[in-house]
Amino acid sequence: MVDTLIFIVAAVICVTGALGVVLARNPVHSALMLVMTLFGIAVQFVAQEAHFLAAVQVIVYAGAIVVLFLFVIMLLGVDRAQNLEMSFLPIQKWAALLFAAGSLTIVVALIIMVGEPVTGAEAMGGALGGTEDARLLARSLFSDYVYAFELTSLLLVIAVIGAVVLVRKPKVADAVTAGDGGDG
Amino acid sequence: MVELVWLIPALPLLGFVVLLVAGKLLVEPRSGWIATTAAGASFLMTLVVFVGLLSRDSHSGERSYELVLFEWLPAGSLHVEAGFLVDPLSVTMALFVSGVGALIHLYSIGYMHGDPKYSKFFLYLNLFLFSMLVLVFGNNLVVTFLGWEGVGACSYLLISFWHHRESAATAGKKAFVTNRVGDWGFMIATFAIWSALGTVTYTEIASSPAMTAATGTAVSLLLFVAAAGKSAQLPLYVWLPDAMEGPTPVSAMVHAATMVTSGVYLLVRMNNVLTDDALIVIAVVGAATALFAALCAVAQHDIKKVLAYSTISQLGYMFLAIGSGAYVAAIFHVITHAFFKALLFLGSGSVIHGMGDEQDMRKMGALRLAMPITAGTFIVGWLAIAGVPPFAGFWSKDEILLAAWEQKNIGPLLWVVGLITALLTAYYMSRQVILVFFGDQRWDEDAHPHESSWTMTTPLCVLAGAAIVGGAINLPLVKDWLVLEHFLEPIFNDPHHFSSGTITKVALALISVCAGIAGISLAVLSWLTRRISTDRLEPDFLENAMYVDSTYARVVDGIGTSGFQGAADIDERVVDGTVDTIGKLTLRLGQLIRPAQSGYIRNYAVGVALGALAIVAFLAWGLLL
Amino acid sequence: MEITTGWYLVLGALLFIIGGTGLLIRRNPLVMLMCVELMLNGVNLSFVAFSRTLGDVGGQTVVFFVLVVAAAEVVVGLGLVVAILRRQPGATADDLSLLKG
Repeated sequence: MVDTLIFIVAAVICVTGALGVVLARNPVHSALMLVMTLFGIAVQFVAQEAHFLAAVQVIVYAGAIVVLFLFVIMLLGVDRAQNLEMSFLPIQKWAALLFAAGSLTIVVALIIMVGEPVTGAEAMGGALGGTEDARLLARSLFSDYVYAFELTSLLLVIAVIGAVVLVRKPKVADAVTAGDGGDG
Repeated sequence: MVELVWLIPALPLLGFVVLLVAGKLLVEPRSGWIATTAAGASFLMTLVVFVGLLSRDSHSGERSYELVLFEWLPAGSLHVEAGFLVDPLSVTMALFVSGVGALIHLYSIGYMHGDPKYSKFFLYLNLFLFSMLVLVFGNNLVVTFLGWEGVGACSYLLISFWHHRESAATAGKKAFVTNRVGDWGFMIATFAIWSALGTVTYTEIASSPAMTAATGTAVSLLLFVAAAGKSAQLPLYVWLPDAMEGPTPVSAMVHAATMVTSGVYLLVRMNNVLTDDALIVIAVVGAATALFAALCAVAQHDIKKVLAYSTISQLGYMFLAIGSGAYVAAIFHVITHAFFKALLFLGSGSVIHGMGDEQDMRKMGALRLAMPITAGTFIVGWLAIAGVPPFAGFWSKDEILLAAWEQKNIGPLLWVVGLITALLTAYYMSRQVILVFFGDQRWDEDAHPHESSWTMTTPLCVLAGAAIVGGAINLPLVKDWLVLEHFLEPIFNDPHHFSSGTITKVALALISVCAGIAGISLAVLSWLTRRISTDRLEPDFLENAMYVDSTYARVVDGIGTSGFQGAADIDERVVDGTVDTIGKLTLRLGQLIRPAQSGYIRNYAVGVALGALAIVAFLAWGLLL
Repeated sequence: MEITTGWYLVLGALLFIIGGTGLLIRRNPLVMLMCVELMLNGVNLSFVAFSRTLGDVGGQTVVFFVLVVAAAEVVVGLGLVVAILRRQPGATADDLSLLKG
């Protein structure tokens, strides 16, 4: 009973947030709606006994990524609600709706029809369960997926370097500069 | 000893390689001596192989030895070897080819003296000898064809030896192109023979069952086309008069004694394939050619052109013999003709050399005093070709006329044509001898005629000797004296036998001798003693060889050019048009699709999304149903 | 009623679709990036659901990686957005159409 309630509430939060992201005019509102969705997802993770991931989700996603979004929005000053920015290209709106409808149909159909053998909620024991998930996750990460782990760390470094390079202001070529110390 | 047959072509090839590598380094006569030594050694080897062949018994079929070097073209059911066939026919051909060839090599040492491309001449000459020997000794049609093409190429190289002269270069091209028509015939015939008989090797063809009449006649005629190209018969003879642009030794060797006889050799080799219908055609064409060429020779002024047309005419005789079924007579005439025609050409070369490269007979005369050896040997050659007994030409020509008389269908007609040709031959050769060696001297002031060196006169004497006694190899008087005929017997499944009685033979011989004497008398009366006016004896019509050449040129030019133009137009409009249209269509198609590249990434995202959806739907279809 | 795995999957799908549609509709590059995050979250949810059902921790590992990569992606993406919008403050996704055929 409680599970059902939690699920429904969290689901509602998620979907509302998602719709808010898509439909809000002000980008800042979109960002805040995103935070709402992320929290809802975190709750769902907890409900599925993935506590570690829920924590990571909140810290990384909501705490870092969305904050980054807000930084950039404020930096660039696009927070002011400008044009309505709904679809503008001729077929775009209809194509998007077609995509939405089609995808929904197919996925729901798949889930319902194929779901039976998979959705056996009894199989909750086994490897997962309880508070052991961090340990299991760590073990899996550093044994089975250690290469991917190393590569993602490399990826992070690359991303940082890339970002720094991208946002660097281009040097202004000044032939007459007397070679003064100047500001860097 | 017959296993040494491979040395016979190998020695001239060695000479060729040596000269190719070191030719430029050699001082003038040395390269000539190297080449002559190679040719002479080749002749000695031929003698060795000949003796070896003689030591084999002729009746048990042992006189046919094949030396296979390696398998050349194994292609499915076609097996072409690189091999040599030693049998009486090939050895006979090789004997006079290498013998006369060696003599001409010797002659060239003196003749080509002072020419800047001295070594190159001997290079080509050796290569030619090699190709000719390969042609003669090949044991199958393909090896023979290799030699065939080789001699054609060497002929081209040698005709246009002085290529800075435009007429020489053109003559070389003409020879090559005309020969090519013959080569086409050879190739098609080879293909047809292979498809009909399953083999191209001579020994196997000789023992194969006969082909159907139609195939056989077609093959025979194709082989004759090949022979007509190489041996200058109507209508492919046009290259031979122009080939006189080459140096005289070339004319002697290639265009008198050896290469032009390859056509005769081919037909004799393939004798059991030739059908009766084709043989009639061959005989008619041969006779017509003989007469035509003799008529043209009557009115020529160039000393070598007379001999060129004479060669064509004598070759016509050989094909007349083949057409009448007398293959041995044809080979006999090939041999005697090689002797006296080479002699005549070399003699004319000596005259040209002595007269400082003058070739017009109208500027000669009374040269017998200045060049006695040349004159003497030339006269021997003249008597031989005119058919005066007991010189060699009489015996062979007479045998051909007898064979023509006995030909089943139109024998007497062919004989008459041959007789008239013999008369004309005697006439024009006598005319030549008189104009050059007798009469008043008509040469320019600055000409100093002198006898040539020993390297040039020795071959003349040797060949004169051969022209005198050469008839001995096939004298018809006593059966045992028909040495050549007995020797060549194994070649033929069905040897030819003369059917006339002795009286007929003697009568025909007498008539031909009379014709010869009549021709000589006519010439003497016209040119020497001036009893008959010579004004109308050299009509322009004949001097220009009945305008055959110019007609060819006009026809090929007219039809040929418009044909080529038409082909070019088709290429431009149809082929290029198609390609261009396809290009334009592609461009149009591109224009049509262009709006899809709107540049807006959201559109592209839509494409991605819908595409992914479609794929998932497709994959899920099976699951959902 | 029992909350089976299917429910989570549907929720994940719903988030994914909403995010995808938003991506196709919106023009502001920042909002488009946020929609991408939505899609990723939907996928994460599905992974965790399966991980729990099948009893394999591999699903959670994948989610972990997705999280990391999403972070890196956002960093680079925002860098690009900054670089573009700095020149042209009012730029939208539609203005980046230089590759127009």
